Amino acid sequence: MSTPFYVSPQQAMADRAEYARKGIARGRSLVVLQYADGIVFVGENPSRALHKFSEIYDRIGFAAAGKYNEYENLRIGGVRYADLRGYTYDREDVTARGLANVYAQTLGTIFSSNAEKPYEVELVVAEVGARPEGDQIYRLPHDGSIVDEHGSVAVGGNAEQISSFLDQRHRDGMTLAEALKLAVQALSRDTNGTEREIPAERLEVAVLDRTRPQERKFKRIVGRQLARLLEADGDAATPTDTPSDTEE
Amino acid sequence: MEANPRSTGRLPAAFLTPGSSSFMDFLGDHAPEMLPGRRVMPPVKGVIEAPHGTTIVAAAFPGGVVLAGDRRATMGNMIAQRDIEKVFPADEYSAVGIAGTAGLAVEMVRLFQLELEHFEKVEGAQLSLEGKANRLSTMIRSNLGMAMQGLAVVPLFAGWDVDREKGRIFSYDVTGGRSEEQGYAATGSGSIFARGSMKKLYRDDLTEQQTTTLVVQALYDAADDDSATGGPDVARRIYPIVTVITEEGFRRLTEAESSELARSILERRLEQPDGPRAALL
Repeated sequence: MSTPFYVSPQQAMADRAEYARKGIARGRSLVVLQYADGIVFVGENPSRALHKFSEIYDRIGFAAAGKYNEYENLRIGGVRYADLRGYTYDREDVTARGLANVYAQTLGTIFSSNAEKPYEVELVVAEVGARPEGDQIYRLPHDGSIVDEHGSVAVGGNAEQISSFLDQRHRDGMTLAEALKLAVQALSRDTNGTEREIPAERLEVAVLDRTRPQERKFKRIVGRQLARLLEADGDAATPTDTPSDTEE
Repeated sequence: MEANPRSTGRLPAAFLTPGSSSFMDFLGDHAPEMLPGRRVMPPVKGVIEAPHGTTIVAAAFPGGVVLAGDRRATMGNMIAQRDIEKVFPADEYSAVGIAGTAGLAVEMVRLFQLELEHFEKVEGAQLSLEGKANRLSTMIRSNLGMAMQGLAVVPLFAGWDVDREKGRIFSYDVTGGRSEEQGYAATGSGSIFARGSMKKLYRDDLTEQQTTTLVVQALYDAADDDSATGGPDVARRIYPIVTVITEEGFRRLTEAESSELARSILERRLEQPDGPRAALL
């Protein structure tokens, strides 16, 4: 019988982290930004059916970079968690903080368990408040930690560079069109510093809009409305709820 | 792992298992005690006294459908509640109005709303209107045990069919039997009178405004002849709930709109207590 090699716990964890990070870096980056009326999710996604962003509950949205089957699993788990909690108690008792906690516990347990391979995902859970001060954005890396973010956050392959780009330029109270433009600018920058064009049809955009009259604040921005926002001058405030641009 | 939504541990395995997009299926697997149909009722002699909701009416018009209900709940011969709400949005394009045991009905509506929302979030697309109507059927059927003890829930379901581009109405019986109604429908204790009223007034080319008037007239006639149905309560400013579902989605008439509607009808009834007359031939 062969003797197994000794691997120090530090080394084992470092290897697992490396594995997860590499998986995440293979995917395209996405960004989540606060703007005056809510929170906007922007990412490059050639698929119109496989979404990176989705609705979890009334005021809570979800974004993920990394391996599709793993984050889709976590997304559905989150929807089940939120719906069950809202049904048990009340709709108000479902919070992004609670959900982020559950995700962190889940990712953390999987990360440090030798029986499972680490998830190659990085999540963002965001909740839009009644006022901008109430907005919450949590970033959840692969290892089960939680980072409470403000203003803007980027996850995925090129996240560090995009984050610092956004940090310098993002300010409170931007309009949706301004925030969207900034996000697209940030995503267009490649690792080597060159810029490339991302056509509107490759963009996936969604908002949590606090001005929506419905209880469910999540809305995808597609088609003409997206084109209009991308063309709009930075300071032209465009309402997100024009009746002619309902979802597909 | 212990399956407990109240704790903040990691997600239990059931939450991460790929499976059905139905919230009811998930509850059935994971927390069956929370499903209304799974409760074991002790055998009771006689009828259980609990508040009952009364009359719901619906009528379709070329651009959509109207669903409305009176505001009374009764318990035996007593008025249990004067301002109960029995018409609810089910999702953006449909609504459900419930006659029968109020407590069970409200729970059923909550679960039904969640069922539709859950499917929409998981699948990224809405159920078809038929699909929604069938889900409601299943829920009523699971309440059959209670219904046989006198705690029936009999809803009326109305919605805008996005594919066929028209408003549709579905009625149910206590066993979950579902049938699509043409034009208009009513359920609850005052439904006989409401249906009679609509039979004489309904035309299939009514406008939205005329249809809302029609259903409030029908509720007035139901309240006129059925003691369990409440008419417009001018003193307390309690008026029927009227909802409209069109291509634009669900809309509930505001307090001001429904009060104006009910008052205008009341005014005419002061001169003509039996309401508008239909032609003899």
